[in-house]
Amino acid sequence: MNIQDYKGVFVFAQQVDNVLSGIALELVGKGKDLAKDLGTEVTAVLVGSDVKGLADELAEYGADKVIVVDDPELKEYRTEPYAHALASVINEFKPEIFLVGATAIGRDLGPRVSARIHTGLTADCTQLDIGDFPINPIPGKEQLHNQLLMTRPAFGGNTIATIACPDFRPQMATVRPGVMQKASREAGRKAVVVEFNPGFTPNDKYVEILEVVKAVSDVADIMDAKILVSGGRGVGSPENFKILEDLAEVIGGTVSCSRAVVDAGWKPKDLQVGQTGKTVRPNVYFAIGISGAIQHVAGMEEADIIIAINKDDTAPIFDVADYGIVGDLNKIVPALTERLKAELAAK
Amino acid sequence: MKIVVCVKQVPDTKGGVKFNPDGTLDRGAMLTIMNPDDKAGLEAALRLKDQYGAEVTVVTMGLPKAEEVLREAMAMGADKGILVTDRVLGGADTWATSQTLAGAIRNLEYDLIITGRQAIDGDTAQVGPQISEHLGIPVISYAQKIQIEGDSVIVERQYDDRYHVLKAKMPCLITALAELNEPRYMTPGGIFDAYNAEITVWGRANLVDVEDSNLGLKGSPTQIAKASDKVRKGAGEKVNLDPTESVEYIIDKLKVKHVI
Repeated sequence: MNIQDYKGVFVFAQQVDNVLSGIALELVGKGKDLAKDLGTEVTAVLVGSDVKGLADELAEYGADKVIVVDDPELKEYRTEPYAHALASVINEFKPEIFLVGATAIGRDLGPRVSARIHTGLTADCTQLDIGDFPINPIPGKEQLHNQLLMTRPAFGGNTIATIACPDFRPQMATVRPGVMQKASREAGRKAVVVEFNPGFTPNDKYVEILEVVKAVSDVADIMDAKILVSGGRGVGSPENFKILEDLAEVIGGTVSCSRAVVDAGWKPKDLQVGQTGKTVRPNVYFAIGISGAIQHVAGMEEADIIIAINKDDTAPIFDVADYGIVGDLNKIVPALTERLKAELAAK
Repeated sequence: MKIVVCVKQVPDTKGGVKFNPDGTLDRGAMLTIMNPDDKAGLEAALRLKDQYGAEVTVVTMGLPKAEEVLREAMAMGADKGILVTDRVLGGADTWATSQTLAGAIRNLEYDLIITGRQAIDGDTAQVGPQISEHLGIPVISYAQKIQIEGDSVIVERQYDDRYHVLKAKMPCLITALAELNEPRYMTPGGIFDAYNAEITVWGRANLVDVEDSNLGLKGSPTQIAKASDKVRKGAGEKVNLDPTESVEYIIDKLKVKHVI
């Protein structure tokens, strides 16, 4: 491998049902920053069936170039054809950096692609920078410049590690959704669009999709909410989430929950905040009856204001809360809802 | 049917993490457990064994101490345990780990390989899919339900807002979610048998079709530039008031911060 041959920042522009996922635009935004530091361009790789129309949106959010891999085999996500698409793009276009979202799709696709092309992959990154490796000069070891430094939490969020991939290209990372900021949209901005099809011949590695079952969910995406009213096991029962829903309705928020609540079957997985759920950064996060396991905190600590209500005054959630209230949620939450109603009505 | 299950011995991060004075992880001071997602994968394999009849072989890579999780797996009902341990395998990233496990699994017959989705120490979810790529077989990640139909496996595969019902021809690799099932307990008889059971120990020489340049720290494309304890924003205020005062306190803060 000649590392000098690899140029440019590529991002996987994930789409589902021919709608770009939020992470696609977040990666274009971050890719643009990295490309600027390297004096190069950001390319979005769009994979699917009949998806070419999405290229303009990627351009308006900052993509300089869009590579479109369009084939009927790519209609619904399946590991093998998507891995073939990305590995072929990498072999053909030789990017120095390739970013993929750490979504249920990207965390399956990324490892398969990195294993196919033999490069490193850093999972679930929360920060990406261009810098030197080693970070500080070490006598007798060459310090490489313009390396991708990939930072991620490990050990359940207890430590953070910064990883480099000095000897292989592309430097690959999956990036946690909701962490990077998308660039502001520039209407009418255009990108160079390149169509590329490496050919898709089904084999035993192509799994068959027997059925696609969409969760019937009319709830808003918790990652977009400005105010989250989040409940944990301390809420006590699925029925008792009613008091959280009432509060959310009055204050214009959305209900979310901890992993314990999902494991108990009280709420669906798409409402789960935390390391194995979603990372959220609302303006206000109410943590109600949530003890604050480190895996939960990893998914919400970036909220602007954290208000915790818990009867256990030693609960670790109070270590991250801006405002902690030790008390009975069953008394406080309904009273707060009523008080807010009166307060907002008076305005 | 032959099923291979990959498991990992991990520090129990729920009990908090202990550090050495130099900032590295003090693994000796922490309790270890079988990684929860792997345990769900093992339980899934044991249920297939109960339902269809199967031989379940558990493979782990780690220090000699990792033998403990193999004995636990056998006490739950696994038939064989294989420990892959060798000094030259140390410091492996997910590329080198998956190369090692693939090299070990090439010695075995298998219809299904089941791994946990991710380990609670690394949280990468990469090793399972990477093993499948090295072995050239299909992968189905995030399995929430597994059934066998003839020479194929039918799996419900979870996504954020949907699930797919997928059919793959075996051999196939599946990664399991902890939500998949409630793992069974070890039985007293099982514990007794497992204590006496023979554990197969393999080293570098037993790995098939793997180059030295793909093993251990030297075979790892990713390298650690820096590791540190996470700096968290400190605790704010904490009050212990009666419910009415608590409500006034929250209202006051929401006003100060211009939320209402």
